[in-house]
Amino acid sequence: MSTIARYWAWIAAALALVALPHIFSSGASITMMSLMGFAVIFALSYNMLLGQTGMLSFGHAVYYGLGGFITAHALNIIGAGKLPIPLPVLPLVGGLAGLSFAIIFGWVSTKRAGTAFAMISLGVGELVAACSLILRGFFGGEGGVSTSRTSTLQLFGLSFGPQIQVYYLIAAWSLACVGAMYAFTRTPMGRMCNAVRDNPERAEFVGYSTQMVRFIAFCTSGFFAGVAGGLAAIHYEIVTASVVGAAPSGFVLLMAYIGGVAFFIGPIIGAILMTALQISLSDYTGAWQLYVGLMFVLMVMYAPLGLAGLLLMHRPLISAGVFSRLLPGYALAAVPALALFAGAVLVIETAHHLLVKASDGPAMRVFWVSYDANSPVAWTVFAALIATGFLAFRRTWPVVSGAWHEATLEARRKLAK
Amino acid sequence: MSAPALQLVDLHKSFGVTPIIRGVSLDVALGERHAIIGPNGAGKSTLFHLISGRFPATSGKVLLKGGDITGLPPYLINRRGLSRSFQVTNIFPRLSVFENIRCGVLWSLGYRYSFWHLIERLRDARERAESILEQINLAARRDVQAGLLSYAEQRALEIGITIAGGADVIMLDEPTAGMNRSETEHAVELIRRVSEGKTLVVVEHDMSVVFDLADRISVLVYGQVIASDTPERIRANPAVREAYLGTAASLEHADA
Ligand SMILES: Nc1ncnc2c1ncn2[C@@H]1O[C@H](COP(=O)(O)OP(=O)(O)OP(=O)(O)O)[C@@H](O)[C@H]1O
Ligand SMILES: [Mg+2]
Repeated sequence: MSTIARYWAWIAAALALVALPHIFSSGASITMMSLMGFAVIFALSYNMLLGQTGMLSFGHAVYYGLGGFITAHALNIIGAGKLPIPLPVLPLVGGLAGLSFAIIFGWVSTKRAGTAFAMISLGVGELVAACSLILRGFFGGEGGVSTSRTSTLQLFGLSFGPQIQVYYLIAAWSLACVGAMYAFTRTPMGRMCNAVRDNPERAEFVGYSTQMVRFIAFCTSGFFAGVAGGLAAIHYEIVTASVVGAAPSGFVLLMAYIGGVAFFIGPIIGAILMTALQISLSDYTGAWQLYVGLMFVLMVMYAPLGLAGLLLMHRPLISAGVFSRLLPGYALAAVPALALFAGAVLVIETAHHLLVKASDGPAMRVFWVSYDANSPVAWTVFAALIATGFLAFRRTWPVVSGAWHEATLEARRKLAK
Repeated sequence: MSAPALQLVDLHKSFGVTPIIRGVSLDVALGERHAIIGPNGAGKSTLFHLISGRFPATSGKVLLKGGDITGLPPYLINRRGLSRSFQVTNIFPRLSVFENIRCGVLWSLGYRYSFWHLIERLRDARERAESILEQINLAARRDVQAGLLSYAEQRALEIGITIAGGADVIMLDEPTAGMNRSETEHAVELIRRVSEGKTLVVVEHDMSVVFDLADRISVLVYGQVIASDTPERIRANPAVREAYLGTAASLEHADA
């Protein structure tokens, strides 16, 4: 992408962030977009480690969570002391908290790379999670630490009471952080992160301490995770001990991986999609985490470059103008894929109903169809959907890969000209 | 008199109980092109690893331009002006050819761990990397992922990364291995050019390259230097001829 195009991309992103709440103006969608904002920062900060430096962390929520707690405490102190500090700078407090803890824990954990680093990150995560149960003064015990974002110094008449104001605060911070993290990838340090990911040994022989590269990457990543945590604290006005636990550490890995860790844009896509799924799916089904897990496993097995990889794979074909040749194949394969998907969803939902909501009786409803969870007919239909979907998908797949092959050849021919 | 570029003092290395380097003492003068030859498994690469800090020595000392570098990590040794290549290609496979070279350039230009410079704006780094690309004949492959290069191209890149930082002591471990005749000639020309005014230590099996390039030759056999001398005297040395019994012909051949 040329410099001019990139410049316009940022302006377009800024305009989109301004316009979005006017298009999706319901309270629920503004809340969802706010959540997406800090999820994007969190996932990108995680990918500074995984995708860019090759460090697999199982404890990244530590810096997110601690950033959140410190921000909440700071808000309470500011509110109580009537300190002249406006709310918009508070995510910086979260970031500095994330940075401080990353310096402490990173000093230890970045002495090692690879599996040892991953294990240490898991250990640190467990350690902090355990502390959250013990240090009740700081972590607020069961109830967490609640705070109020409206008791800070108000500038320009902004109270940050209404969600829309919080949305704009989050949007501004998100854009700034995404820009900063993007810039980071284009600095000498960012480049050496990639070098250390690719071949740590050789990096040592061109003058770089791999441990120092990992440490700086870890601290930078901790800073941005802390900013995300601070924004979350401002949004929810409460931080509970669960945010430093293993679940959010796992979820950020899922977001980054499903989006695609090899691309800068990957974790952005992943964070937006996974946040949307988390909120909307959990409304429809209690088994939503199972779907997320299945999706992760499928991505790892069949699309290790993530959604960004799947999308960007098409770019050369689009620019060569041969993308439309893929559409018939995609349409054909989509039919059995949908049948297979519907069958799988019905089995999961029905099993979930029988196992978890047995007391409600067997009557249930999925996809606008009502049926009995223990009716043999229903189960036969599910099995048939899955079996025919699977077999037909295997038959139609060669059409897709054949079309893909031809389109690629054609694109290459056009490029050669 | 100024200190030698490289000084090895009774260097030993054992892997477990197996001694591999058994007391190597060697001086390489400043500005000298020094070749190390020896049969397979003699310990040439291991000696390189000891000098460049990849492995710690079991005992002995390594001095670089008079300063003790024994036991220092590779990056500190590199920053003191010693750069090495590897016998088995050791590049950054997912980065482009250009980025590979630029990674080799950054530290020496003083950018260190900077996250306050935009790399595209660093003209000196770009120009230096581009000039190296010209020298190693890979300018046309600039944007290709390094892992996708052909074997010979990867070998050229290996040399390029090594010389990119402008170190004044350059160590090359079998730079021409696996290259064909014309590629070898080009590589030798390149090595001659980039080692101009610098100190070069090179491990090489191709005797014509060795006798073409070297001011001095050391012969390493079973972890010991059995001779270290000028090419003419090495060629005439009976102990060397003995060690190279099977390859005596190649020594003769190099006369031509
Ligand atoms: N990490 C290691 N652990 C144990 N033994 C090793 C190790 N590295 C090398 N060796 C052994 O040390 C001996 C010398 O190996 P080295 O690679 O230094 O030889 P070389 O002279 O470079 O040979 P070649 O000409 O084949 O490259 C060999 O017998 C090898 O098996
Ligand atoms: Mg060797």
